[in-house]
Amino acid sequence: MKIHIKNGRLIDPTNNIDTRADLFVAAGKVATIGKAPAGFSANRVIDATGLVVCPGLIDLSARLREPGFEYKATLESEMLAAVAGGVTSLACPPDTEPPLDEPGLVEMLKHRAKTLNLAHVYPIGALTVGLAGEQLTEMAELRDAGCVGFSHADVPLPDNQVLWRALQYAATFGFCVWLRPQDGYLAKGGVAHDGEVATRLGLPGIPAFAETIAVATIVQLMRATGTRVHLCRLSTREAVAMVRAAKRDGLPLSCDVGIHHAHLSEMDLGYFDSHCHLLPPLRSARDRDALRDGLKDGTIDALCSDHAPVDEDSKLLPFGESEAGATGLELLLPLTLKWALEMKVPLAQALARITQQPARILGLDAGHLSEGHAADVCVFDAEHYGKVSAVALKSQGKNTPFLGIELPGKVRYTLVQGQIVYDAGNG
Amino acid sequence: MTPALPDPETLCAGLVRELKPHITADTALVGIHTGGVWLAERLHAALDIALPLGLLDISFYRDDFDKTGLHPQIKPTQIPFEVDGRHIVLVDDVLYTGRTVRGAMNELFDYGRPASISLAVLIDRGGRELPVAAQYVGARLEVPLGRMLVLDRDENGKLRLKLDA
Amino acid sequence: MRNPQLNDEGALQHLLTIEGLPREILTHILDTATSFVGVTAREVKKVPLLRGKSVFNLFFEPSTRTRTTFEIAAKRLSADVINLNIAASSHTKGETLLDTVDNLSAMHADMFVVRHAQSGAPHLIASHVASHLHVVNAGDGRHAHPTQGLLDLYTIRHYKKDFTRLSVAIVGDVLHSRVARSLIHALTLMGTPDLRVIGPMTLIPAGVEKLGVTVFHDLKQGLCDVDVVVMLRLQSERMRGALLPSAQEFFKYYGLTPEKLALAKPDAIVMHPGPMNRGVEIDSAVADGSQAVILPQVTFGIAVRMAVMSILAGN
Repeated sequence: MKIHIKNGRLIDPTNNIDTRADLFVAAGKVATIGKAPAGFSANRVIDATGLVVCPGLIDLSARLREPGFEYKATLESEMLAAVAGGVTSLACPPDTEPPLDEPGLVEMLKHRAKTLNLAHVYPIGALTVGLAGEQLTEMAELRDAGCVGFSHADVPLPDNQVLWRALQYAATFGFCVWLRPQDGYLAKGGVAHDGEVATRLGLPGIPAFAETIAVATIVQLMRATGTRVHLCRLSTREAVAMVRAAKRDGLPLSCDVGIHHAHLSEMDLGYFDSHCHLLPPLRSARDRDALRDGLKDGTIDALCSDHAPVDEDSKLLPFGESEAGATGLELLLPLTLKWALEMKVPLAQALARITQQPARILGLDAGHLSEGHAADVCVFDAEHYGKVSAVALKSQGKNTPFLGIELPGKVRYTLVQGQIVYDAGNG
Repeated sequence: MTPALPDPETLCAGLVRELKPHITADTALVGIHTGGVWLAERLHAALDIALPLGLLDISFYRDDFDKTGLHPQIKPTQIPFEVDGRHIVLVDDVLYTGRTVRGAMNELFDYGRPASISLAVLIDRGGRELPVAAQYVGARLEVPLGRMLVLDRDENGKLRLKLDA
Repeated sequence: MRNPQLNDEGALQHLLTIEGLPREILTHILDTATSFVGVTAREVKKVPLLRGKSVFNLFFEPSTRTRTTFEIAAKRLSADVINLNIAASSHTKGETLLDTVDNLSAMHADMFVVRHAQSGAPHLIASHVASHLHVVNAGDGRHAHPTQGLLDLYTIRHYKKDFTRLSVAIVGDVLHSRVARSLIHALTLMGTPDLRVIGPMTLIPAGVEKLGVTVFHDLKQGLCDVDVVVMLRLQSERMRGALLPSAQEFFKYYGLTPEKLALAKPDAIVMHPGPMNRGVEIDSAVADGSQAVILPQVTFGIAVRMAVMSILAGN
């Protein structure tokens, strides 16, 4: 299908483009930028006047709840949510049921996603069998099946020797290991940031050093093994400082922060709002501000949605009993734009955090609009303000603290491999 | 047309004269907060009553709790004498619907079984909604519907009657 | 954020926590309780205020003592009382908290008295029930025990009169204590200038100074010249969670003995929410001594709960 996206503000951080230009798509690829290719006759013209045209967004963490948790959400609903949010590629963590520790499961997931013909799905494989923290998985086999990295999701890996061996094994093949830094013992029983708010509300706390101690351990192990590591969902200001120092030392470290943590703090828990029950917990305002600054100065490479749809019943419980997590695929763009506006970050630099950088971390040829490469495109209205509502969200998870809040940015069209997979005008 | 209000001091003196023949060493006087207590204090002194004065706050015995809730200020209830077998004179400032007196009697009966209760009021304004009657009445007065007749006390302890909207 | 305890007119709709309540409401409850003390002292201890109303005791966490005092208070207001020991029934059948609440609401309840092991459970219930229902928090996790805080406040007012001149020490397992948190909120609201918490570091929660207290780890220093000593109960589980080595060592350094009490003011009062662990947090000589007001606390507790229920029911 030949598509002409005309008169949009083309922003491509990778290629350093931010200008009014037309985009021409043919045979699933970006044909040309600026001038139409010779003899080009568009089947569809998209008028992008007043809109931004950028690479399709890349989300480093979205739980699709399949296999195993289909009562919370299904691949169909969450993939529709992804493209409605302008996300054309997403990585999913291995904590499905069963966990993604076997090539067969990975292949099945990739196959399911492919038949839906919506966004690209990049599974992150389990680091240990069953995520039990004892035995290494067949990482090379899993890579061949389609895994782009290996992680332990939110499951603690208390045996540092196993962690060390896993890092060594991954380094052998040049694989990237994704780790959420949290010491399982220090965090045990905690549901909120261990501080003033948790004390007032009488909630068991997770101290900040549960994260920083884990970061320190991981960084030290990296020095010994040289493994490429991606730290998932930072939450403390000290961790940001530690990452900054490790990067200065030239360690192959990258990291991300969840969109909710870039905006909210422990204060937002209010009267036990279980929509704010997240992992890692929402920490102090100072921590939140350090995350926002870290994103701006590039210490934190990417923003991700950490999409975790939770059924209503699991949230309508006392805070400590409620399930942690927030829906996020459709909020990735709005919350990135909100952060950029508040921090006075140029739009191109902000979009890099959800296109160019995630692509680099995943090792994908994606997140850019280059002639001859796949046409994964997002066309959005940066000026539009819309209220987040359960009805409007396509995800089966309606669980977000931003319900009822007006956020900037509305996706009008999403293209994956040159196909229009989402058109806001047609619902 | 607003009627001219009588002087409570005169009415009080009149009540004293009416009550005197019926007071014995065992008679108890109980005032209903707030206006009834002021009046009862004056009667108690003037009639030289032996037993200490009883004070009654009927907040817990009102019949309109569901509509108006608990009163923000509850005054102390003190019944410093045995109620069983006692002849009690209940004192209030204005007798209107009779509901206050009904509540006061219920409360007194939670303290014991009196031999008799009689009622002394400064003003009977009619408008009864219950079968309650006062044995000793200072004056009968017709008060327009919707207006409240209120007993007031100035800094020197002098009693005044007011008509509120 | 709107205070979920107050209705649109700013009157008390639920009692969930002392934190955030206007001082006038606290004072109103204390003053009303005074009148109820008078009622409980006479022979007919009942008043007809809540006649025809149904009070449901929803105790998800078992407690005979607290449940009994609420039951007595409700019956003295002439209410019908239904006791539900949820721990043993529907909860184990897998019924959610809100489903249980909905079922009970359908049985024409007017008031729920809720005790739950999870902080925030009464808040969740209150946000869910119909507007005519009132929720009283009888203790949720570590968060709050507002009627206890109020009766502690009443007790202190009874013996010491003026909050603004007092020095109060709360001793023991503050980390896990909803009683401590409620009392801290109550006393800071009433303007108590010197509020102290005393305990080993393992039992003092993070950031507690932000609530308006000074932290002491040395009991002798902390008790110096205080007017009120509140001893908290130490549960045996604490010895198992790597928080404390033994009850003996705790008693030696944090138990209230006559010698330690002598460091406080000579007319200092000793309080305890009960039940007491004699020989763990408090010595028998002190518990049975002249400065202890632990039994009056219980009496005041009934009057305070009568006041809370009647104020709520009338709003």
